[in-house]
Formats: sequence, C-alpha cells, structure tokens
Amino acid sequence: MLKAAVVTFPGSNREGDVARALRQAGATVVSVWHADTALPAGTHLVVLPGGFSYGDYLRTGAIAGRANIMDATRAHAARGGLVLGICNGFQIACEAGLLPGILMRNAGLKFVCRRQHLTVERADTPYARAYAKGQVLDVCIAHGEGNYVADVETLARLEGEGLVAFRYCEADGQVTAAANPNGSLNNIAGIYSPGLNVLGLMPHPENLIDSLTGGTDGLGMFESLMGRAA
Amino acid sequence: MKARVTVTLKTGVLDPQGKAIESALKSLGVAGVESVRQGKVFDIEIGGSDRSAAEASLKAACEKLLANTVIENYRVEIGA
Repeated sequence: MLKAAVVTFPGSNREGDVARALRQAGATVVSVWHADTALPAGTHLVVLPGGFSYGDYLRTGAIAGRANIMDATRAHAARGGLVLGICNGFQIACEAGLLPGILMRNAGLKFVCRRQHLTVERADTPYARAYAKGQVLDVCIAHGEGNYVADVETLARLEGEGLVAFRYCEADGQVTAAANPNGSLNNIAGIYSPGLNVLGLMPHPENLIDSLTGGTDGLGMFESLMGRAA
Repeated sequence: MKARVTVTLKTGVLDPQGKAIESALKSLGVAGVESVRQGKVFDIEIGGSDRSAAEASLKAACEKLLANTVIENYRVEIGA
C-alpha cells in the first residue's frame, strides 16, 4: 500500500484533486501542513500540489521552497523517497533545490489554460511504468510561469542522462515549436532527479482521471505509483 | 542602517516582462528607449552598526531567498 503525504502551503489549491486521484488509484493519503517539521511515519510519496503558494510573491515557489516541511522532504528525497511536484509543486521543487533549473514567465506572457499533448520520454520509472515510451498523453495545463530554463551544462546533463520526463508535443507526438505553450527549453514539460525518485511537471495529470470529466490519460501516473505496469 | 538589495536578471536570460514594458514605452512615444530589463529592489532596515556584518547578512539573504542565482545577479548597498 502506497502512503502519500500531500503538502498544503498557504495558497495551494490542487491538494484535494491530487489526493482524490491517489485515493482512486488505491493509495493511503495523509494531509501535511507546510509548517510541520516531519513527514508521517512510513511516507513513501510526498506530493507538492498545484496552486499559487504565497500568492507567487518574490518568485513562484520561492517562499514555499523554504518552508519547514521542505527540510523533511529533501531528507526523504535524499533517502530515495518519492517526491512529485505538479505545476506550482514543480516550481517549489526547483526553488527547494530538489530539481535543477527554474520555471520563468511564459514566453507569450499569457496564463495558458488548455488541453495539451505530451510525449512520455521514458516509461521505466515509478511515475510512468503504466505508460509506454513515446506514448502521447492528452492532459491539462494551467500556468503563467511554466517556461523551463536551465543553464547550458544543466540542460546537456538532463538530456544526456535521459532525465526529461515529458515534452510538449502535437497530437501525433511531433515535438514542435508550435506545440510549446510557454517557451520551455527543448519543449520540456517535466524532469526527473538523477535517481528518478523526484518528478516535477507543469501539466496536471490529476485532472484527467475520470471519463466523466474529460479523459483518463492522467490516471497512468497514479497507477504507476501503485506499482502497476502497462 | 538602511540597505538596498537590487536583484537583476543575468545577461542572456529571456525577460518577457521587460520586453513587454519596452514595447509599451515605445508605443507611448518615450524617446530613446532601446531596451528594458526588469529587476527587483528590496529596501531593508538592518540593526546594529557593523557594516561588514550587515553586508554578510544581506548576502546570505540573497543567496538563501532574495535571488535565484540560476537566473539572477544581486547587489548589496549599505547606506547611513
């Protein structure tokens, strides 16, 4: 049984949705407050949910990235524990030093809220084993700061070590400039840590878990976390 | 002591907000504007009278929170 700790920061707003997706897949979910200094005993997965923590003041994710719970989260990740950052959670993970680079203002300056296709860059990870490599997912994006930026060396390392998790693409899987909603380098939508235990991504898989509300392409991530393969 | 911390984007980092401001200034007809880069200014009141200790504290503030050194540079100035 997977035990997930979903962190709420002041301004988080997607913690309920991700908890629902995890429960639907069969996980045990515990809510954790940002000011807590320890994770619940036996936590396998820490989730940093989407939202607008601290009103995006200073930089997106900057203040949340220094919250008490992030010390425990870094220690959990250093032990090989799973950490999933979605949207604002990806921004928080970068600011907390769990993942390299930063999410900057969308190149088009607009908040982008729409359906978006992604390619699954690798399926041999705890987050993607229910998908197939190269599979195209139809998910949702909703962000104003999703423009992934890293220095040349970091980008080369991410690409060289195969740490890109998902890329923005066309419906047929072609990775094109036109399919890039925010200007991210190399159409990067999500990245892994070197141990593949930390994943940050801008899209919202938790939105697409029920055919009643638009599709089920996000379900695979939560099924993957439960250990179910494709 | 009064201190001012200025955080600016590193050269080469795309600044879409600066670009938007630049084009707004141009469309307002402000003469001579060639480019705009947006940054942040923090005015900080800092206790004590040891300027080098204050400078060390402010540098720590920048490294820990005020600047993201992946994309930003910072400058610390201490006034009277």
